[in-house]
Amino acid sequence: MTGVLARVAFVSRRLVKAIVVIFAIIVLNFFLVRMTPGDPALVIAGEAGAADQKFMDDLRHEFGLDQPLWKQLAVYLGHVAQGDLGFSYRQRLPVTQLIADRLPQTLLLTGTAMAIALALGIAFGTMAAMYAGRMADTMITVLALLVFATPSFWLGLMAILLFSVKLDWLPLFGMATVDSGLHGLALAADIGRHLILPAVTLGLFFVAIYARLTRAAMLEVRELDFVRTARAKGLGERRVVVRHILRNALLPVVSYAGLQAGYLVGGAVLIETVFAWPGIGRLAYEAVVGRDYTVLLGVLIITSIMVIAFNALTDIVYVLVDPRIGSTG
Amino acid sequence: MHNRGAVAGAVVLLLVVIMAILAPVFFPASPWDMVGAPLQPPGSPDLLLGSDMLGRNIASGIAYGARVSLVIGLVSALVAVVIGVTVGALAGYFGGMVDDALMRITEFFQTIPGFVLLIVLVALFSPSVVSIVVAIGLVSWTPIARIVRGEFMSLRTREFVQAAILMGESNLRIILRQILPNALSPVIVSGSLLVGTSILLESALSFLGLGDPNMMSWGYMIGAARTVIRLAWWMSVFPGLAIVLTVLALNLVGDGLNEALSPRMSRKVQA
Repeated sequence: MTGVLARVAFVSRRLVKAIVVIFAIIVLNFFLVRMTPGDPALVIAGEAGAADQKFMDDLRHEFGLDQPLWKQLAVYLGHVAQGDLGFSYRQRLPVTQLIADRLPQTLLLTGTAMAIALALGIAFGTMAAMYAGRMADTMITVLALLVFATPSFWLGLMAILLFSVKLDWLPLFGMATVDSGLHGLALAADIGRHLILPAVTLGLFFVAIYARLTRAAMLEVRELDFVRTARAKGLGERRVVVRHILRNALLPVVSYAGLQAGYLVGGAVLIETVFAWPGIGRLAYEAVVGRDYTVLLGVLIITSIMVIAFNALTDIVYVLVDPRIGSTG
Repeated sequence: MHNRGAVAGAVVLLLVVIMAILAPVFFPASPWDMVGAPLQPPGSPDLLLGSDMLGRNIASGIAYGARVSLVIGLVSALVAVVIGVTVGALAGYFGGMVDDALMRITEFFQTIPGFVLLIVLVALFSPSVVSIVVAIGLVSWTPIARIVRGEFMSLRTREFVQAAILMGESNLRIILRQILPNALSPVIVSGSLLVGTSILLESALSFLGLGDPNMMSWGYMIGAARTVIRLAWWMSVFPGLAIVLTVLALNLVGDGLNEALSPRMSRKVQA
């Protein structure tokens, strides 16, 4: 069974690669702090107000800043390997805990945005391909051009202005109504209402990307022989489009979605800031405002790991679904 | 020029450039100065686009903001092109181990969430035009490197390059004088599209409070408008429209260049 072996080899190669990249990111993080102009101890302390001499000396000792560079790196790697991303002297909490508290909200937001983006993007792309060269196609192309030129944070503000301030349909910001005392389904509905605007705003950029990709892939598949055969068999147009063209055009679209994870996380920083959504993006913004660099660097590590995990997952799923891949990679 | 989109884009772009250059002529006062009552709606006397919560002129902010956007957009794209061309040229020309190593680095930069890295870089090295430009360049060079690498890999097997090698020309000379001029058109196209992306990145940075503190920028204005969105819609609407128009114009010009320089690629998707 060389096929199974090849797949196991591919998956393990993929995992080793992921681990190497994570290691590289942690090392990069370490050197970023050391390259910063000024005292690294100040960076670690996050310029925590009136840091007295004793506190700074303790910090220097704890992080081995009085040791040679390679020893410092070893200390840092040891900490990170144990899940210790440092301590936020501003928030008086370990960075790992700060991030863990915010992670589920970010996953909810980015997951919903991705689902919206794939659903709408594939639908629009299919429409554009079916009516290629006609009104609907042109309109979708123009919309995509506009979306690519629009900053997501501004789009979010405009959505708030329209749907929350002028029309008063949806809540202004936050994740749930404060002190509402809601439970169960009512709470879920409340969170859902808060989720709509940020998720759609975050997803819109990717709707445009997937629409263009789906359109291009479908126009390519449409010309292939098996589609002509399907038509010759007398299948209805809808069946040909959905079962024959779309299904085959979808594989590259879905695999490309995996590559977009990094952009999605970056976009979440802006969208969470605009909508005061309590996720790690908002945490990063708070860290920027409070010059809490340990938190900021922790967010970089965790978001990188998220992206790598997502990439590895899409790669592996792709191989499991499509047996043609796996021997090279 | 038969591409109407590109012509319209070029005209808008020209107007933005003129606005940026003539900003001090139209608005002699600094865009940071209080020139009227706070939160005046658009159309108030001397305040075409209204004023913000500190009585600063929105129209003046937009005119001066054009300078930051254009300069940072152009120079960041240039930085990205220089890094990308260097990496791509070395990888494609030498191949083998050099290629392997450089491609690992490229993949690394593609994996790491670019915008988060950008925030970290600018925050750690404190925001200034220089740190912003370098950081944007550092997070956006990878597509250029991949394109240039591909071009170099195919061009280096061609006869005129082989001839140059046989004539004993140095590697540097072959890369710069023989191959690079032939690989330039895709670089110009993706470089021009990078200008728009860089403007968007800069506006996002200054929206988060990571812009150059000495320069009025569109992103900063939108960030300042966030807390008073209920009171003053004009504070966020106009700077945002300025960004959309400028970036749209740049992308249209980029698409036009793409069509003009590489006709066979004109209908391909550029992600």
